[in-house]
Amino acid sequence: MTKPMTEPLTERQLGMATEKALTPPPPGNPVMRLRDVGVAFAGRTAVRGVTLDVPEHQVTALIGPSGSGKTTLLRTLNRLHDLTRTAQVSGQVMLGDIDVYGGSISPTLLRSQVGMVFQRPNPFPTMSIYDNVVSGLRFNGARRKALLDEAAESALTAAVLWDSVKHRLKAHASMLSGGEQQRLCIARSLAVEPRVLLMDEPTSSLDPQATKRIEELVTELKTRVSIIIVTHNMQQAVRVSDYCAFLLMGDDRAGQLIEAAPTTKLFEDPSDERTLDYINGRFG
Amino acid sequence: MTTLPAPDPNLARREEIQRLAAGSENRRKIYSGVAMSICGVFLAVALVPLVSVLAYTVQRGIRAWSAAFFAHLPTPAGIPGGGIWNAIVGSLIIDGLAAAVAVPFGIVAGLYLAESEGRVAGVIRFAADVLSGVPSIIIGIFAYIALVRGLGHFSAAAGSFAIGVLMLPIIIRASETAIRSVPSTLTEAGLSLGARRSTVARRVILPTALPGLITGVLLAVARGVGETAPLLFTAIGSQYFASNPTQPMAALPLVVFQDGIQAYPDLQMTAWGTALFLIAVVLVLSVGSRLFAARLGRVR
Repeated sequence: MTKPMTEPLTERQLGMATEKALTPPPPGNPVMRLRDVGVAFAGRTAVRGVTLDVPEHQVTALIGPSGSGKTTLLRTLNRLHDLTRTAQVSGQVMLGDIDVYGGSISPTLLRSQVGMVFQRPNPFPTMSIYDNVVSGLRFNGARRKALLDEAAESALTAAVLWDSVKHRLKAHASMLSGGEQQRLCIARSLAVEPRVLLMDEPTSSLDPQATKRIEELVTELKTRVSIIIVTHNMQQAVRVSDYCAFLLMGDDRAGQLIEAAPTTKLFEDPSDERTLDYINGRFG
Repeated sequence: MTTLPAPDPNLARREEIQRLAAGSENRRKIYSGVAMSICGVFLAVALVPLVSVLAYTVQRGIRAWSAAFFAHLPTPAGIPGGGIWNAIVGSLIIDGLAAAVAVPFGIVAGLYLAESEGRVAGVIRFAADVLSGVPSIIIGIFAYIALVRGLGHFSAAAGSFAIGVLMLPIIIRASETAIRSVPSTLTEAGLSLGARRSTVARRVILPTALPGLITGVLLAVARGVGETAPLLFTAIGSQYFASNPTQPMAALPLVVFQDGIQAYPDLQMTAWGTALFLIAVVLVLSVGSRLFAARLGRVR
């Protein structure tokens, strides 16, 4: 009952303590690493101190009630806050070895590697289906027809839209239904071959059937691109994501990361009581 | 075994509310009728000057219209067969040149105002508003001092400059409005594909705003084509066919002004005919701009 017995015990206790304090490492290699990331608008903190590893080729869900900063956090990852003069991003965001805010990569080049799909389908209204899909390539200087055609077919096929639009590629994008338009927007992002695809509540304006198809699509796409999806629908997070981060608005009204874990762990055995309260519907 | 429905505890209250609602509906119908009649009367009063000016101009002007009227050059008073061909061409050249300069500047300025939120943008917006309120004769005098006196002679180009200055604020504000109405999510979508801001502006924002931009341009041209005062100081008018913008040139509003104040009935008739033609041109431009505005509404 002396040293040999107590030592491993202490170690296990230590191990458990660390596991509780830190979020467990995500499965696989991280494609994006966030260190103490914060966002402030005109001096008011909206998101504070987020440290999170986003696993590669997986679907990571950002969940939390309204005002918890999910979308704000998402938009730091492709520097969309650059458009807002009053926005200030602190901390460090790494895409692989690239420091996103470090100045070694331009925002435009970054965004060609970190694409985004929005709440409402937003195909370019003046463009045909085909022109929409290849628009990102053209914006980046691609002109060769073979390359554009190939990219269009590949992206539309990946977005499960090719078969229904291949005979009407010159038709207006507005001819498509809402769900089809959203898949067109996904195809448009995929055509640029980004490493990461950000999705900001991509099904919030769609009916259940279209939502189901987008969800199926999301899980299929992860072999091609790492996905970070914002959703306030917990069932959706469970259905589509492998890894899950729970955000919550703190007392200072700034969103913060409560915990991140593999989705099954987060929903079956959360480490934080607030996570448990949220997934049991006790608030939010 | 059927259970009787429980007596509705709110029945009395519901019936009273229904009764009140029916009463107030009758009262509202009367109010509505009275208000509608008042509106109708005021509308009729407001329409009197418009309709009488139009009717009078049509009645006087239509008599001047003939194929020769549009195809011939003016003749001296008393000699029949004169026309306004040189003034039509002159107005096309003067307003065309004015638009050719004002449209690109105006649209780019509108894009700047729509895309930036700084103090400079506020100053420019204010300046454009002030400029649109400046009486056109003052802009005419400005063009006279700056160009006519500077170059030593009257010229259509100086007229184009003055008209262009008048068109500018209209185009700027209409472009700003049209560009602002393009949903910002389209800009974000473009940027998220790795496009530069200038690319997004050129390939996404401006094409989407195009119907609104055309509306603004047509409105500005409709305003410019009827302006007389600035041309009095610059293009001055001409009896001859002129297509060289460095020389004096005839223009439709100048014909109305200059022939209309003559004592000769045939010249006065020419003025009426030209006035009617001007009204028709402005009408076509305004209707055209509305059609484009409606198209912009459909895009979204």
